[in-house]
Amino acid sequence: MKKSLYQKMVPYIFLLPFLLFFLVFMAYPIVFSFLLSFGKYEKAALRLTGLGNFRYVLTDPLFYKAMKNTFIMMIIQVPLQTVLALILACLLNIRGIKGRGWMRMLVFMPILLDSVSYSIVFSIFFNYENGLINNTVRLLGGEGPQWLNVGWLAKTVLMIAITWRWTGYNTVIMLSGLQSISNDLYESASIDGAGRIKQFFYITVPGLKPVLIFAVVLSVNGMLQLFTEPFLLTAGGPVNETLTIVQYLYQKGFRSFDFGAASAGSYVLVILIAVLTYIQMKASREED
Amino acid sequence: MKNTKNIPVYIILFLFCLIAVFPFIWAGIAATHTNTQIYQIEWSFRIGEHMKQNAIDLKAAFPVVRNMCNSLVIAFGYTAGILIIDSMAGYAFAKYEFKGKKVIFALTLGSMFIPGQVTLIPLFIEMTSFRMINTNWAVILPGFAAVFGVFLMRQQFIGFPNELLDAAHIDGAGDFRIFLQIVMPSMKPALTSLGILSFVNQWGNFMWPLIVLNSKEKYTMPLILSLMVQPGYVTNYGAVMFGAMLALIPVLAFFLIFQKNFIDGMLSGAVKG
Repeated sequence: MKKSLYQKMVPYIFLLPFLLFFLVFMAYPIVFSFLLSFGKYEKAALRLTGLGNFRYVLTDPLFYKAMKNTFIMMIIQVPLQTVLALILACLLNIRGIKGRGWMRMLVFMPILLDSVSYSIVFSIFFNYENGLINNTVRLLGGEGPQWLNVGWLAKTVLMIAITWRWTGYNTVIMLSGLQSISNDLYESASIDGAGRIKQFFYITVPGLKPVLIFAVVLSVNGMLQLFTEPFLLTAGGPVNETLTIVQYLYQKGFRSFDFGAASAGSYVLVILIAVLTYIQMKASREED
Repeated sequence: MKNTKNIPVYIILFLFCLIAVFPFIWAGIAATHTNTQIYQIEWSFRIGEHMKQNAIDLKAAFPVVRNMCNSLVIAFGYTAGILIIDSMAGYAFAKYEFKGKKVIFALTLGSMFIPGQVTLIPLFIEMTSFRMINTNWAVILPGFAAVFGVFLMRQQFIGFPNELLDAAHIDGAGDFRIFLQIVMPSMKPALTSLGILSFVNQWGNFMWPLIVLNSKEKYTMPLILSLMVQPGYVTNYGAVMFGAMLALIPVLAFFLIFQKNFIDGMLSGAVKG
């Protein structure tokens, strides 16, 4: 049966609105940014100047600092949050636990508080002189640290805040994965005498692999985009110890209006992500 | 003796829930405090009498009703658009064969690996040349290029039985009628999930509005809250917390109304990627 012209057009009509936005606000900007990284933007026009932007960014110690900060926080926070979410999901998945629906809802709630409000709340919690944390420590007779004035402590505060906000979301994603693992597997395992811990490592974790990968990819992506929290909670400080890549690019682009350098910086990140993805894909293929 | 075995589980779960909810409770109480009470531990769990003054202070600093309306218009407009655009595109990818499908799909997928900051500056230049800077459009439109929802909906449509579509075709129903009247009604959980995620994301959107909005009348709620705590000002944290709670109401309402559907949608694998 030959399709009529109309029949051929139908899928394109469905696709049209998305494609339009995708071309204007995604495809074109990606290409334009690439060109921009080799040039200068002056008087509403692009002028290609060669590799100068890359030379500038790659010799800027602040850029390396921002990269280092972002990756350190990512490498620590993402596994921590993933493990926490996994444990929480498994506990919420135990049959016979009462109030599971309620608890699911409660642990999910943190992402409802907008990123600005929660950053401000946490900045009050971790205030040195009179924050809730140090006030509590003082009440117990101790003296809390200057959370936001020490590099690694400020990073820790950021990671605590982010973990608070996103663990529940990841838990719900993992709960969805747990539904797809057949109960028979657990039953036959317990008949064979495998305890809960053993079942967790030999059935749950392998069965959840695709969902775990999805959650980790989402979290890594989120950490690479980190902006609001360091912007409001630590203002990038102390002495740029929590400055992130996006904050650096924001400063270059919208404070110094050096569009070329900001684009070059973002493409350095693209290359880095591409390399990391390639290594990861190769590693997981060899594993299988 | 199953019940005693589960006691440690209950304790751990209770702690998790407490930690998740605590900042909400604390912030709600802080909205009734003066600037100094917020930093006094003896007030942390006592409701104060300063809420009205905080509301007055907030209103004096920003046209907060306008800001709230901006946030609502942007979040609802964006969510409605995403649901329409992404379900149409997802349906095309899931249920049709057409020329160029593979290439378009690969490009769409590929864009997921490009971090968002790459498009930041070109988008700003585009918005300037479209004369959209400092409008709601500047905040809403670029988000429609996001591909997450397209994949989510595609995944859902793939599971829709082809036999039903064929039967409807034989009965003489057109493609768009089938889509609207037969397929879409069964997509409620997925649409709810995507709707809530889009709404929550857009509601809390900060960096992009910070770049494209530049007048008090046009600001969204997160923007005014962030501006109130900028270094150099004497921040009235009571007023900020009142604003934060104000900003929480619509999201919380939206979530509570749809939460049953939403969690079901997520659990049915809507967000499995």
